Amino acid sequence: MPSLPDMTTADAADLARAQAAAHPGQTAPRPDADQEALFEALLRIGDSTLILAHRVSEWCGHAPALEEDIGLANVALDLIGQTQMWLGLAAEVEGEGRTDNDLAYLRDAWDFRNLLIVERPNGDFGQTLMRQFLFDAWHLELLTALMQSADPRVAEIAAKAVKEVAYHLERSSDLVIRLGDGSEESHRRMQDALDDLWPYTGEMFLSDDKDVTPAAEGVMPDPSSLRAKWEAVVREVLDEATLSIPENDFAHKGGKQGVHTEHLGYILAEMQFLQRAYPGASW
Amino acid sequence: MYAQMVKSEGMKSRDEMSAEEQAFQDRIDRGEKIEPKEWMPEGYRKTLIRQIGQHAHSEIVGQLPEGNWITRAPTLERKAILLAKVQDEAGHGLYLYSACETLGVTRDELMELLHAGKMKYSSIFNYPTLTWADMGAVGWLVDGAAIMNQVPLQRTSYGPYSRAMIRICKEESFHQRQGYAIMMKMASGTPAQKKMAQDALNRLWYPSLMMFGPSDKDSVHSAQSMSWKIKMNSNDELRQKFVDQTVPQAEYLGLTVPDPALKWNEDKGGYDFSEPDWSEFYDVLAGNGPCNKDRLGARVKAWEDGAWFRDGLVAHARKAAARRTPAAAE
Repeated sequence: MPSLPDMTTADAADLARAQAAAHPGQTAPRPDADQEALFEALLRIGDSTLILAHRVSEWCGHAPALEEDIGLANVALDLIGQTQMWLGLAAEVEGEGRTDNDLAYLRDAWDFRNLLIVERPNGDFGQTLMRQFLFDAWHLELLTALMQSADPRVAEIAAKAVKEVAYHLERSSDLVIRLGDGSEESHRRMQDALDDLWPYTGEMFLSDDKDVTPAAEGVMPDPSSLRAKWEAVVREVLDEATLSIPENDFAHKGGKQGVHTEHLGYILAEMQFLQRAYPGASW
Repeated sequence: MYAQMVKSEGMKSRDEMSAEEQAFQDRIDRGEKIEPKEWMPEGYRKTLIRQIGQHAHSEIVGQLPEGNWITRAPTLERKAILLAKVQDEAGHGLYLYSACETLGVTRDELMELLHAGKMKYSSIFNYPTLTWADMGAVGWLVDGAAIMNQVPLQRTSYGPYSRAMIRICKEESFHQRQGYAIMMKMASGTPAQKKMAQDALNRLWYPSLMMFGPSDKDSVHSAQSMSWKIKMNSNDELRQKFVDQTVPQAEYLGLTVPDPALKWNEDKGGYDFSEPDWSEFYDVLAGNGPCNKDRLGARVKAWEDGAWFRDGLVAHARKAAARRTPAAAE
């Protein structure tokens, strides 16, 4: 029976570690640090694909041309499928009996680990395309690295997703180039979109203590290692699009730690409505 | 059945037909397909543009009521299925606009007619989708009614329309099954889910019956369209077939069709049922349905907001062409 001060310890994992340290030699219940770090890393990917899929699917029926409507739905469908794989694996790694749907529909915003860029509102079609392009370029580098993951389950998902994302990037790059180097108005809108979204790209490459273990074990790449290749791709496309990369290097951050923008709460309120209003129902 | 009350050009008796028209009618009567570059009466061409165009518009306006629930779908799997389904509707719109373009009208022209209220889309899409059970009921009833009409249209006389229908029908039968699967889940779920399922059937039953259009005795354009094999069955025939197919499906779900007069009629081998309220149907056609303004408004907004996007792509294509052949740009 822990004493009262112990009971007020915020984190049950800390409590378990304290108990283990106080009783050396005993097999105390101790969370597996590697698995915890892997769970966290998987949420960071799966939550980003989930929230971006949500945003992209908002366009269904409202895109500026039928071909774009169909193309965006494809991208959203790929991202939902990838979410099912990443969150499915996260749930398995967690080992608490939760499912991919439990993770998507029954967590509050502070437990979400997605990048802030994916929760940005759709804006005009240019904002949506620019967000997609900046994300796709990062996503492709991430998945390419993950194909070499020391965890075969991770490598397997990455190998499947990478084919889809290579196409996403091909599509978004092509449109960014055509609209950047299009009419005066399309150029202006694409430059505005780039200026608005650029401060949300730095977060992709920031590392924190949660990234250390998976990177050391070769399960996940160190986020900063993806930057050089991402920048090369982004620069080449934006040059061809006649768009200028903002000089401001400021980076908004917090998504990966669960500190989000105001937008995520509304996304979840909409997305989780049925699961919250009718708990335990099967759909 | 996404084409209602399509106006067709004046019916002619054989004696009134020119030699060309007689030969054309003979080809249709022999079951031959008419292809885009072949001669056809102007009335046939115009009627087809109206019908295929209305059908195409129905597909893209029809994205909206179901698109309304994509971001609120209750599981990742349901979300993916619904999104794929609504994407299929956009694809159907694309085939049908392409089929229509073979008749000498552009997609942009058709869009403008839709936005100006000069072309219609099916009345059913002016009803709201209020609960998740509506995603089941729309697939089950609305796609079910559409299939009734579209299966025979696979044999329609105009080649491109017939080929589009063959492809569309394959996807529609998947849509109807996914709708029914949602209904089965809801009808066997919690009391609240059952209530949602019954409520969806109550609201969508009569609007689904209206999809077939008014009774044949009131349908002035049917005869010419039927002789051209643009319309394959009468409205009443198809409505009866739909009711006969759907009632046992509702019974299997444990749901009640909202028609106290519904009764099996042994003599005709089909159900007797109540007609929908046709004054409501004409109100909806006149623009007074619950969602007419929202639906058309959403399409117009998508089109207008996207103008810079489409113009930007055209501007780029011009620049790229000029770079390939600098002389042409001067």
